[in-house]
Amino acid sequence: MAVDRRKFFTIAGLSTLVGLMGKEVLTVAAQSESKYLAAEKVLTAHRWAMTVDLTKCKQGDGCEKECIQACHDTHNVPAIENLKHEVKWIWTEPYEKAFPSQENEFNKEELIHKEVLVFCNHCDNPPCVRVCPTQATWKQEDGIVMMDWHRCIGCRYCIAACPYGSRSFNWVEPAARSEDGQILPDQPFLKKVNSAFPTRTRGVVEKCTFCDARLAKGLQPACVEACKQGALAFGDLDDPNSEIRALLKDRFSIRRKPGLGTQPQIYYLV
Amino acid sequence: MYDKEKIIPGIIVFLVLVTFPVWYNLAFGSGNGAPEPQIVSQNEKCVESKDYMRTQHMDLLNQWRDAVVRQGYRMYRTADGALVEMSLTNTCLQCHPNKTQFCDECHNYMAVKPYCWDCHIAPMEN
Repeated sequence: MAVDRRKFFTIAGLSTLVGLMGKEVLTVAAQSESKYLAAEKVLTAHRWAMTVDLTKCKQGDGCEKECIQACHDTHNVPAIENLKHEVKWIWTEPYEKAFPSQENEFNKEELIHKEVLVFCNHCDNPPCVRVCPTQATWKQEDGIVMMDWHRCIGCRYCIAACPYGSRSFNWVEPAARSEDGQILPDQPFLKKVNSAFPTRTRGVVEKCTFCDARLAKGLQPACVEACKQGALAFGDLDDPNSEIRALLKDRFSIRRKPGLGTQPQIYYLV
Repeated sequence: MYDKEKIIPGIIVFLVLVTFPVWYNLAFGSGNGAPEPQIVSQNEKCVESKDYMRTQHMDLLNQWRDAVVRQGYRMYRTADGALVEMSLTNTCLQCHPNKTQFCDECHNYMAVKPYCWDCHIAPMEN
């Protein structure tokens, strides 16, 4: 049977139409029977950010151990004494190391040598995400720079890319397990094991997640909850009525290495 | 047939030797019989049917993983409409606290080594 020009166009047009409609039908069907839902109490935002009030955050008396311990206990972060193998989600740096571009020779007395609490900055323009070859780290819609530990191949490009040293590599097995995968009662690096949260394994990079799993339960990040001085505030920068926006409007704030253009989302109130 | 009295016993001895691993394993081997996982569950129903879970649990867990970690979903609507948290430790293993008799029984038989337990924490067993 010969197909003339007119017939060819008719068939081509009709099959295109059917093809397009078929896709629509499939998409609608897939959406209507979605089995995956967000949690009910979940805290949501367009841009999560944190403020650290350096006037209230007084590490001198050792209270920084409370928020660091709260974080590390919640997320099973191993306490490894060997500095080469150290894993940290929150830690402190002296003021001049945390803010190398604001290292004035003469400065406010309280700021000189002050131990500043530092975490992952959850940058708006995260360099770690750009270099990750497996998309094991990415920026969520709410601004959190997340990690998928299942996908991390341990290449450590992200560690090299991060200008804040916020990422740690598991050089050694962070949690002791028996042969059949049971977690052992005597742990070399974990003081307490939170069984609701996984540990990591050797060869994986880890860092602060802004407590993404706690936000899904409607809870504030563990460090914010643990801070008795009220030095940490966590909220949505896109919400003009949020506590964090009020703080930033009222107080002068600095960020770590702003000249690099990473747009860090941890603001230090001075 | 020439040399019948040598060839036929020869063939029999050959067949016995060649099939030795098969029947020895059937008689004395440790791998005979299907694995018998102990299904202990705190709830009446699983998130999907038993048949589905038996054959597809690994796919379901992978889909849960991607939904939670990469898409930010936390809850799963089960076959009978209930909502459960998508979590290996907090949902699956809360209901089936006997990992060694439940998960490992079949995994060892099939010689598969899922790496779930490299990081996720199974409930303590005595």
